[in-house]
Amino acid sequence: TAAEMKEVSRLRDVERLLIQFQDEEGEVLGSPFDVPLDITPDKLQLVCNALLQKEEPVPLAFFVRGEAEVVSSLGSCVKALGVETEQVLPVVYQPQAVFRVRAVARCTSTLQGHTEAVISTAFSPTGKYLASGSGDTTVRFWDLTTETPHHTARGHTHWVLSIAWSPDGKKLASGCKNILKSSLNPECRYLASSSKDGAIRIWDTVLGRCEKILTGHIQSVTCVKWGGDGLLYTSSQDRTVKVWRAKDGVQCRTLQGHAHWVNTLALSTDYVLRTGAFEPATATINPQDLTGSLEELKEKALQRYNKVRGSAPERLVSGSDDFTLFLWNPAEEKKPLARLTGHSALVNEVLFSPDTRLLASASFDKSIKIWDGRTGKYLMSLRGHVASVYQVAWSADSRLLVSGSSDSTLKVWDVKTGKLNMDLPGHADEVYAVDWSPDGQRVASGGKDKCLRIWRR
Amino acid sequence: MPQNEHIELHRKRHGYRLDHHERKRKKESREAHERSHKARKLIGLKAKLYHKQRHAEKIQMKKTIKMHEQRKTKQKNDDKTPEGAVPAYLLDREGQSRAKVLSNMIKQKRKEKAGKWEVPLPKVRAQGETEVLKVIKTGKRQKKAWKRMVTKVCFVGDGFTRKPPKYERFIRPMGLRFKKAHVTHPELKATFCLPILGVKKNPSSPLYTALGVITKGTVVEVNVSELGLVTQGGKVIWGKYAQVTNNPENDGCINAVLLV
Repeated sequence: TAAEMKEVSRLRDVERLLIQFQDEEGEVLGSPFDVPLDITPDKLQLVCNALLQKEEPVPLAFFVRGEAEVVSSLGSCVKALGVETEQVLPVVYQPQAVFRVRAVARCTSTLQGHTEAVISTAFSPTGKYLASGSGDTTVRFWDLTTETPHHTARGHTHWVLSIAWSPDGKKLASGCKNILKSSLNPECRYLASSSKDGAIRIWDTVLGRCEKILTGHIQSVTCVKWGGDGLLYTSSQDRTVKVWRAKDGVQCRTLQGHAHWVNTLALSTDYVLRTGAFEPATATINPQDLTGSLEELKEKALQRYNKVRGSAPERLVSGSDDFTLFLWNPAEEKKPLARLTGHSALVNEVLFSPDTRLLASASFDKSIKIWDGRTGKYLMSLRGHVASVYQVAWSADSRLLVSGSSDSTLKVWDVKTGKLNMDLPGHADEVYAVDWSPDGQRVASGGKDKCLRIWRR
Repeated sequence: MPQNEHIELHRKRHGYRLDHHERKRKKESREAHERSHKARKLIGLKAKLYHKQRHAEKIQMKKTIKMHEQRKTKQKNDDKTPEGAVPAYLLDREGQSRAKVLSNMIKQKRKEKAGKWEVPLPKVRAQGETEVLKVIKTGKRQKKAWKRMVTKVCFVGDGFTRKPPKYERFIRPMGLRFKKAHVTHPELKATFCLPILGVKKNPSSPLYTALGVITKGTVVEVNVSELGLVTQGGKVIWGKYAQVTNNPENDGCINAVLLV
């Protein structure tokens, strides 16, 4: 019929293109085939899911040649890139998180109780418990279902500067005065604490004593992180980042390159190591404790770790007072992979997204910059704060980012569009600590006004 | 007391008395008894003066004794935790942009609700017309005296255009027009040079407010967007009131204190 003929002729007028699906590591999926230029990401998703042959369809994002994301249609992307349409075009597909975390919109409670500024907050790996450390030398635990105080832990004699949960959610480590950062290793036995005098102490939590002292840094150690491969990474004010072997405490490598204090470190597998055996996709409304024997939990944690890490080694990013960040491959090389410049004031915190594809850096120049987690390429800037941004936290699905700043507001950003999703005012003074619970339901923020606020949808 | 050195001269020439040193020693040891006798027996005004002086002496003595005692026993450092808790990343930094810090918004809102404005200079000397306005004589014989020239510093807005000179009654000379003020934040003790948005109220007369005359005690609105203040609702504050604290016509600059 005439209508069908019109349809066919219209189809013939649209250009077609040969594409080849590839995954992030470069492995091809299926064989190259023909698609019209005006195909949308949804249709591409259907095709790709069919090729992947999984039980449930997974949401995917597509990148032409691994660089430009396909947003509206393949044609516009190709035109923007100026790619030849004669050759086979590689299209990289990236599975996104199956679950979707909703942005927090309201402050459900203001938890008072601390008599001095709240300096650090942390959710337990399953999101069931919340702990906060403050300048009044106490660590308080809060019951999240009723949003009331649960327990106050006293014992410190100075400001509680750092708190860290063990990945199995059973222990909390807190450090005061000279202990700037502490973190428990993935096997939950050893605790590493970084100190102002330049030494790192490794404590055995079971035996309750100091196992090793790692010296080597000349000035105060600002950050310490356990890697999943048996390595320990530390950064210091003496402008270096050092890599140590966790087993015997031998220094493997010194990464030099920064021009000023190194303030913060971030590992690509940070989120996975923090949450351990807990899978955010399986979260329920009421957070539960992790069940299962130690072996089972270890197995699950290892599986999750391997999945997130992939075949490439862990990447490390360090942010410094010299306004730049360095992307390193610490397990293999001494030279940085990339130097990320662009900030106009010191970088206070860097964080990899839970799926390790993106990197967020918060700086005192009132902006947050998003970089590609693999190559370090600059992606976008999130502007909106009117004073220094102190801390950021990713949501478990890597789509949202919450940032706390010295201007007393928190802002939730949508990283896909780069726009402000939600503005959360309410604190009376600077916001010092922010954390997003791993089950995605709550955001906790504490600040100079001595209140801890919980935000929910 | 000797007015010259004759005593010393005599001592050099003839030496001391044979019992001089012993007498001196004994007299000094009697001093304590004499002092206590005085303290007990003095009456009247002399007693009051003496006791007052003695009291001050005793306090001083006790303080020095205590100081010596403290030095002898070594004490552990005070266990009290210092104020001003900051997170680890702010430890070695001095409040860098302390000058751009947020002021407490709850206090602000409460004050606004109450409608009370506490001004740093509540009472200011009212300035009469003869002081502020100078008579300008015009006309062929310089007899007409209806024009006035402002002798104090004034602020005119951005889009200000003079009226035709023949008809303008108040002359505001260009040399006395100012756009910026040095505003001090009272809590942070930091001073910023901020552009003036307008004159809110001149305490001497509403005429001066309308003309934009700035004298000591005038409340002026200034542009504070560079301070980075934010309301609790999340909006950025860009205008605030400040009160002028000096006599700008004498100093050549406008100093004001921010009303927080």
